Amino acid sequence: MISIEEFGRRLRTRETTVEKATEESLHRIENIAALNAFILVMADEARRQARELDKELAAGRDRGALHGVPITVKDILDIRGTATTAASRVRDGRPARRDCPAIAHLRQAGAVFLGKTNLHEFAFGTTNEDSAFGPARHPLDATRSPGGSSGGSAASLAAGVGLATIGTDTGGSIRIPAAACGLVGLKPALGDVSLEGVVPLSRTMDHVGPLALNVADASRVYHALLGDPAATLPAPMPLTGLRLAVPRPYFCDLLDDGVRATFEGALDRLRADGAHVDDIEIHHAPDIGAVYLHIVLSEAAAYHATSLEAVPERYTLPVRLRLEMGRYVLAEDYVRAMAGRAVLTREVDAALAQHDALILPSLAIPAPPLGTPSVEVAGRKEPVRNIMLRLTQLFNLTGHPAISIPSGKTRAGLPCGVQLVGERHETDALLRVALACEGAITGA
Amino acid sequence: MTVDAWLQATTADAERRGLPELKPLLEALARATSALRAADFSLRPSALGDQLPQDPGHDFD
Repeated sequence: MISIEEFGRRLRTRETTVEKATEESLHRIENIAALNAFILVMADEARRQARELDKELAAGRDRGALHGVPITVKDILDIRGTATTAASRVRDGRPARRDCPAIAHLRQAGAVFLGKTNLHEFAFGTTNEDSAFGPARHPLDATRSPGGSSGGSAASLAAGVGLATIGTDTGGSIRIPAAACGLVGLKPALGDVSLEGVVPLSRTMDHVGPLALNVADASRVYHALLGDPAATLPAPMPLTGLRLAVPRPYFCDLLDDGVRATFEGALDRLRADGAHVDDIEIHHAPDIGAVYLHIVLSEAAAYHATSLEAVPERYTLPVRLRLEMGRYVLAEDYVRAMAGRAVLTREVDAALAQHDALILPSLAIPAPPLGTPSVEVAGRKEPVRNIMLRLTQLFNLTGHPAISIPSGKTRAGLPCGVQLVGERHETDALLRVALACEGAITGA
Repeated sequence: MTVDAWLQATTADAERRGLPELKPLLEALARATSALRAADFSLRPSALGDQLPQDPGHDFD
């Protein structure tokens, strides 16, 4: 697999063409059918786009870093002419009449859309098991989940399809599958990327962002999503003197041994390269789960109330039950949760006032086996959904930008990820930190 | 409404609607609600600590 930068170099030196790269990706999609990563393959449309983009380049029109870059899109964003299923039988199947703004920006930047990827139904889960189209599978071990909810996106990219993919993240749904599959996953700051034309889960916490092979590629796709594909790559911050904070209590209490080992190894390498690493505490961290649950359940239930009454049998049962649970949350408890969100936001702000970024693992366990309701971590039996959300959901509540970077593998060969969290509204500043830390975190 | 009263009412309603599978989920939600109500989320500066920023941010609009 090559980076977007390397693809661009080969394209502009005529070593490859958009059409050739697109054909290779479409062929690869056929070869990985067993992963069930795709809901729709857009072969004809991708070939048409590829031919047009080759003609443009030959005529001297270069759209920039994403010109001709083959990508995939989670099937929860509107692409004109295709139905947005959200991996559910509830949706009516009518094709979207227009691209959502995020996709329109990518199209304008020259991206080639290969297909729409599988996900946990309505993005309401972390394993991708509950999908009307069946579960997506992990590319390194088909008996395991690729993580979710953007599981098809992560599985396809990790298996060599395209050069980037677009996901959504309401509790960790970009960062979790990125960590599980050994990819970079960026949840930009809240509000950066338009949510128009994206099926909602919780508008308080929904984000759109890229999964990519490295931080620079994630940055390029992020800027294209904003409609700014010509943006130059942010300059890495100097690693010497970089101030990083590890929120140890709660966030490092329940970790798989292999995840802990790769995280501590990354910290050792960062220290050796000159970064300052302090331990800090987020005081209300033990309340994160309760706060998150009352907000996501209430907002998801509000969106789904009509269809829960009209066509309840079309939902997968686990997702239907979670949505039904949300209909019972009291308004007073939703308001309490929103107050908790404000407190947690201030606590993360306070931690970042003295540091360039927070650093913590992205996912407490490696990719779990499909069909497993609970796992044992540090001697405790934990529900899979809870443990998978544990390290990421805070930053959906607070809106701080966060990025997961691969940090190595467990002894069993399963990928792990380390998460960096930056100041609110400052995604580019986070990318500068991530570019500086990437080498030390990956151990490359 | 107390959490106990809420759980009793919601479990009965779920049964009435033919959704007995909701009972364990509602019990788990009741535990989360108890934790939420027990948490101190007062926004008074004394509860937050003087060192914290005072601006709650505009993205709560």
